[in-house]
Amino acid sequence: MKSGLHRVCLLAMLLIGSADARAEFGGIGRAPTASELQAWDIDVRPDFIGLPAGKGSVAEGETIWAQQCASCHGDFGDANHVFTPLIGNTTADDIRTGRVASLKAGGSYRTTFTKVSSISTLWDYIRRAMPWDRPRSLSVDQVYAVLAYLLNLADVVPADFVLTEQSIVQVQSRMPNRDGMTRDHGLWDVKGRPDTRNTACMRNCLPGDPQVSSALPAHASGSHGDLASQNRPFGAVRGTQVGAAATPASADASATSALPSALNANGCMACHAVDSKLVGPAFAEIAKKYSGRADAESYLASRIRDGGSGVWGSVPMPPFPQLSADSVKSITKWIAQGAPR
Amino acid sequence: MDRDPRAQVRKAPENFLDPELLRSIRTRGLNEQRRRLIRGAFGAAVGALAATARAAEPDAGDPDIVNPTPWSTTLGKPVAFKPYGEPSRYEVALARRQSPGLTSVAQASVSFAPLQGMFGIITPSGLHFERHHQGWVDVDPSRHRLMINGLVGRPRVYTMDDLMRLPSVSRIHFIECGANTAMEWANVAVPTVQYTHGMLSCSEFTGVPLSVLLDDAKFERPKAKVVLAEGADGSGMTRSIAIERALDDVIVAYGMNGEMLRPENGYPLRLVVPGVQGVSWVKWLRRIEVGDQPYGTKDEVAHYVDLMPDGLLRQYTSIQEAKSVITTPSGGQKLMGPGFCNVTGLAWSGRDAIKGVDVSFDGGRNWRPARLETPVLPKALTRFNCDWTWDGKPCLLQSRATDKTGFVQPTYRQLREVRGTRSIYHNNAIQTWRVDASGEVTNVQL
Ligand code: HEC
Ligand code: HEC
Repeated sequence: MKSGLHRVCLLAMLLIGSADARAEFGGIGRAPTASELQAWDIDVRPDFIGLPAGKGSVAEGETIWAQQCASCHGDFGDANHVFTPLIGNTTADDIRTGRVASLKAGGSYRTTFTKVSSISTLWDYIRRAMPWDRPRSLSVDQVYAVLAYLLNLADVVPADFVLTEQSIVQVQSRMPNRDGMTRDHGLWDVKGRPDTRNTACMRNCLPGDPQVSSALPAHASGSHGDLASQNRPFGAVRGTQVGAAATPASADASATSALPSALNANGCMACHAVDSKLVGPAFAEIAKKYSGRADAESYLASRIRDGGSGVWGSVPMPPFPQLSADSVKSITKWIAQGAPR
Repeated sequence: MDRDPRAQVRKAPENFLDPELLRSIRTRGLNEQRRRLIRGAFGAAVGALAATARAAEPDAGDPDIVNPTPWSTTLGKPVAFKPYGEPSRYEVALARRQSPGLTSVAQASVSFAPLQGMFGIITPSGLHFERHHQGWVDVDPSRHRLMINGLVGRPRVYTMDDLMRLPSVSRIHFIECGANTAMEWANVAVPTVQYTHGMLSCSEFTGVPLSVLLDDAKFERPKAKVVLAEGADGSGMTRSIAIERALDDVIVAYGMNGEMLRPENGYPLRLVVPGVQGVSWVKWLRRIEVGDQPYGTKDEVAHYVDLMPDGLLRQYTSIQEAKSVITTPSGGQKLMGPGFCNVTGLAWSGRDAIKGVDVSFDGGRNWRPARLETPVLPKALTRFNCDWTWDGKPCLLQSRATDKTGFVQPTYRQLREVRGTRSIYHNNAIQTWRVDASGEVTNVQL
């Protein structure tokens, strides 16, 4: 407990400190303008403070979704090839009760809608960060529309719904996990109480012999590559040699890879991998497809700049008009060489 | 038992190993196949010479002592040959690594710090773990701004020039991702300490106390309850931080380990929130808003919520409670043989300084206090060491941290009793490493 006197002193110090501070910091910092505040202050709170007026329908949202979101999240928001599913595993009963029942049953399949308690969160996040490779490219009305579509996929609103700054308030009262959060824990407050209570016993602390209940199964021993190469070849210990297993591709790729740096620098690897299909086709497959074609490099260069769909499927690739000619060339040349690792 | 493989080789008849195999042993140690090859070669050599290993060339000596080495017989490289220095070319084993299969895209992913080979408490900046949600960016510092708005008497905009003119502090703190050790909640899932505990780093950070900036902006003292921190990258990462904490020891940092922050760690400006999970240490920090309630951001509602057995999600869990781990010997390593072994590891607490660390060699039945190396700082990594002579028998190694608040790091059983196994975040259970008779160390749970 702090004494009264102590508190008075502390307060005096704070007051003096801040008065001094302002005197001292003359010439440092300035006030933001109204337009600067408007540009950056875009956060939306659970009580909807910060939410701009606007509207968007489920139907409008469906079009935006197909063009700008489905490639990563799937047509119905339930894909998991890029990120965990947004939609799925919520029920009409959850919408009624405001608690997602599957979470109580262990939550083994958690989608975004099974967890999210506040609709403002999704509005704020889509506005600030989606589409992932082109954040902040959606208009306010587009954010309303695409969120309306997601809400419809989650059976929270009907297909003819229009989401606005007004109607979003009613939607909040239908969010499946709206009452599923608790702040009853000691991990927020500086002085919060812990929920476990071990003691520092030093002698004969166990009733019997300790039994191993879990160990890595033999078939998983190579999952993280050759551990010998992840420890120094000298010193107090050595790394365990695990099979002839190559180190995981992702691990040391940057050190020795033939990959043109432009691919990582421009976000291509968010959708492409060298040997496997992600959102877009594997670069090795692209290389194979055009290996016989004389104008392969110039064709691919235009595809990279212009984007589009139809060659590998209905999912479109975004255009990259801003890529420098050198970057494009380094990529197309590498593909023409067969996309070596 | 494996002794130093080079010592073993040296005692044998000269040149009985082919140079390729010898090089491979020097860099990778001995494995079964190599051992068989040596036995074969050795047998032949011994047959020919009718001699034992011990008897061979009694005063030949270690060639690295007896013969001149290239580095002692040539002129070295000039100063500033590498204007920005880098590690020795022999130091390639310790690198940041991803855990295969953990995430599907590398811009929303994690790379783990190689704790298995690090010393002391400071993480080399190039080995600092990474966690990005929308890739990392290299921000032009001359175009970077920090805005302070919300419940303040005078909103502010600062340039980097402004911020670096203000009074600064330098403090050593650990940063741990809330999801560190997440893969191990229900069972053993990954082989080494890099993957079990490697979302952990510790640096000396330099910057302006956030309280100085909040005062400069005349924040509204009784009304202010929370600050929102926001990043300048594509994810526009946002997190709520309690005002008591913001005024306590939070730093708006530009410096890390004597240089500017690395781009992967938020260059040129990041928030340092001592004791709190890494996601709140917003990188590329561009805005602080003062508010009267938490903001319910994506990473406070959809993620970084801890699922409890009753189906409720604990929201705004922030503090990283006391935790420790033995880094050597640890999973995926192999002891050189019976005899002396220095057991070393790291301990930390988001609530205060570490008071003590105990080490057990019998799976938690009996414990011995470890030595804490200085400095022992609040909310910083603390290095511990413990002398040990291994008798060649299987054993179970554990470490257990106690912090200055008296909190003792829990066992898996204690943690699961309260939180179940599905909470993903804030796993601070005692780690067990099993040493088998061959000296191989593996990750196990009791
Ligand atoms: C190029 C791939 C890609 C595209 C296109 C994309 N997203 Fe995402 N989205 C992601 C990734 C990756 C994440 C997770 C980011 C993270 O880890 O923080 C995500 C996260 C989200 C989330 C939060 C989910 C959660 O549980 O955290 C929502 C909502 C979302 N996206 C909606 C959209 C919408 C709406 C669009 C279209 C306007 C879109 N996304 C386009 C890749 C994409
Ligand atoms: C948002 C996901 C996404 C990103 C980011 C992306 N791609 Fe694609 N890419 C695709 C898809 C989907 C296709 C298949 C398009 C089709 O079927 O026509 C594709 C196709 C391609 C093709 C083959 C075109 C053809 O006609 O066969 C090349 C080459 C290519 N991408 C290169 C790149 C490069 C280089 C980058 C980075 C500058 C990049 N991609 C970024 C999704 C993406």
